[in-house]
Amino acid sequence: MSHRTTLFELKDIHVEVEDKEVVKGVSLKVKAGEVHAIMGPNGSGKSSLSNALMGHPGYEITSGEAYLQGHSILEMPPDERSRAGLFLAFQYPLAVPGVTVANFLRAALKAHRGPEADMSDFRRLLKREMAALSIDPSFATRYLNDGFSGGEKKRVEILQMSVLNPKMALLDETDSGLDIDALKTVSGGINRFHNADNGILLVTHYQRLLNYVQPDFVHVMLGGRLVKSGGPELALKLEENGYDWVEQETGLTAEV
Amino acid sequence: MSESEAIRQQNADLSRLNEDYATRYGFRDPVDYFHKGARGLSHEVVEMITRMKNEPRWMAERRHEALDIFYAKPMPKWGNTKLLGEIDFDNIYYFMKPIENQQASWDDVPEYIRKTFDKLGIPEAEKNFLGGVSAQYESEVVYHSMKEDLKKQGVIFLDMDSGLREHEEIVRKYFGTVIPSTDNKFASLNTAVWSGGSFIYVPPGVDVKIPLQAYFRINAENMGQFERTLIIADKGSRVHYIEGCTAPVYSTDSLHSAVVELIALEGAYIRYTTIQNWARNIYNLVTKRATAHKNATVEWVDGNLGSRLTMKYPCIQLVGEGARGEILSVAFAGVDQHQDAGAKVIHAAPRTSSRITSKSISKDNGRASYRGLVKVHKNAVNTKVSVECDALLIGEDARSDTYPTMEIDNEQVRVEHEARVSKVAEEQLFYLTSRGLSEDEARLLIVNGFMEPFTKELPLEYAVELNRLIELEMEGSIG
Ligand SMILES: Nc1ncnc2c1ncn2[C@@H]1O[C@H](COP(=O)(O)OP(=O)(O)O)[C@@H](O)[C@H]1O
Ligand SMILES: [Mg+2]
Repeated sequence: MSHRTTLFELKDIHVEVEDKEVVKGVSLKVKAGEVHAIMGPNGSGKSSLSNALMGHPGYEITSGEAYLQGHSILEMPPDERSRAGLFLAFQYPLAVPGVTVANFLRAALKAHRGPEADMSDFRRLLKREMAALSIDPSFATRYLNDGFSGGEKKRVEILQMSVLNPKMALLDETDSGLDIDALKTVSGGINRFHNADNGILLVTHYQRLLNYVQPDFVHVMLGGRLVKSGGPELALKLEENGYDWVEQETGLTAEV
Repeated sequence: MSESEAIRQQNADLSRLNEDYATRYGFRDPVDYFHKGARGLSHEVVEMITRMKNEPRWMAERRHEALDIFYAKPMPKWGNTKLLGEIDFDNIYYFMKPIENQQASWDDVPEYIRKTFDKLGIPEAEKNFLGGVSAQYESEVVYHSMKEDLKKQGVIFLDMDSGLREHEEIVRKYFGTVIPSTDNKFASLNTAVWSGGSFIYVPPGVDVKIPLQAYFRINAENMGQFERTLIIADKGSRVHYIEGCTAPVYSTDSLHSAVVELIALEGAYIRYTTIQNWARNIYNLVTKRATAHKNATVEWVDGNLGSRLTMKYPCIQLVGEGARGEILSVAFAGVDQHQDAGAKVIHAAPRTSSRITSKSISKDNGRASYRGLVKVHKNAVNTKVSVECDALLIGEDARSDTYPTMEIDNEQVRVEHEARVSKVAEEQLFYLTSRGLSEDEARLLIVNGFMEPFTKELPLEYAVELNRLIELEMEGSIG
């Protein structure tokens, strides 16, 4: 895989939220075709990193660099990052009452394709992707995340990813709140999306998603830093032994 | 058209944010009127109006009496008294008659007026989905038509002046019974100088399946438009009436002060939809009230954009057992605007039910107020009341207030009441922009979503229009 081009690169990223540093220097390189996982206990800064990379105004990147396909993204507002090919599946997707899933996705896809683009394939595309994720067709006309269960929200996040087909997808705790069947469906969606040209960063607390979506690299996040990296076997070790041993080994605590 | 397609259309061109009211609606026509009176109000002006219209004496007397009431009544001491105080009644034209005779064919309407309504899309809408159209220009209806099959079923849809001439008995029986000239100062004013508006009578059991529409256009500066509308739905009949309004942009003020009376007899259904989009120099002070008899239903669907000050509180009096009322209103207050809108329901019979849904959006330094009254009389047992007020603020200077009043005089009432104020949340904006939508597009999507419970009640063409209007209002929003 080493001959592949670097798709996404983070250099010493620091993030502050409400004047507190919660990410303290994260560096990472994701090559085209790779799946990386960041695992870490609650409060270790995983969501802060994800949100900051997507451009959330509440999470300030105070120093560091981030590149997507060689282009620096930190100066871009969130919509440009998205159109440049970055995607974040949120841990807690918000409801937008009155805006239907179909309308929203159509507008988003149009924003990606450009104002003059032909959208005549949209319905077919949406229908196909919804079916693949076992989302009932009625969800197309439901208001985005409004009254959705936790699992439904996660599926709809993955639906958005499938429709927008980004280059680099950050998936923040996409497995939480899913029962085993839903987990399989959602993993299927992620695997179908994945190809030799894109990259995935799975952010998760638990190992179970990694049974279905095989990571090439696993990184452990503690106290706002990536403290350990390895292959898929690292995830299994964390599953069996928890995070305590990493804390002891590195002398760091989980919470930032 | 399927619902999803419809919604898709509504949002079709979210990114087109470059038009404005002035070019789309704010243009003015050169005037060459049949009659243009002088500024100011007096018994002479009233006499001139009634003579020009060749009205029966009882109406002339009503007018003069109402003018005296107008003189005697003080200005309202509530609402936006500052803006109300700026109305200069002496500077207003109370009656302008653009052409001698009303026409039934657009070809016979003078070109400059026809072009105006063309630009506003009225003849097009008429062809496509309306059962009848009335187009008022200044004080009088210049064009009027109704589909033949409705005429055959005995439906009467006329301008109010013709209504009085051709159906004097019905008018005399109902005129001013729902809103007497003593009701408020602007109702007195309207009664004194009313001109134009619609008169509708639907015979028992007749279902008018496609909407009837009136369009009100003010063209002249300092114009006062005082249309008077009376709709009577006889037993078991159904009708949907739509009104739209616009005016040119001037630097000094005009006044629009209508009176609308609805009467839904036993088992009848009336829906009255308004999309008001007045220019920002218009005072819009309107009295709208309905009486719903036994098992009748009245629905006000009231969209308020534009104007400098709007004061409007559509009311439903539920006087017959089992009557139902619904008021769904939205108001959009932009720069320097005050939308003081609301709703009133009087439960005066058992087993009546009402629902009020009010949505307001305030942007920049705009101000939206909800003023509501629900009154349940002692005898109105087993009654249901629901009131929901939702305000959305855009920007730090936007303002919204609610003044809800409930007077409930018996115990057997089920009341639901909810009020919410929200800001266009940064989080929501981030969520949508993180999917590639620009901030403007995202904000518009959120606002349209907020309005959706209202827009979905409109015929598709109006929903599209309303969303487009909101798009214009949102232009250059400072969020
Ligand atoms: N919006 C926020 N406001 C305040 N503090 C926050 C916010 N988001 C995260 N934090 C803080 O940042 C730290 C890391 O949290 P988070 O990034 O959510 O961790 P994880 O996703 O690994 O559970 C925690 O101390 C948390 O309280
Ligand atoms: Mg998290």
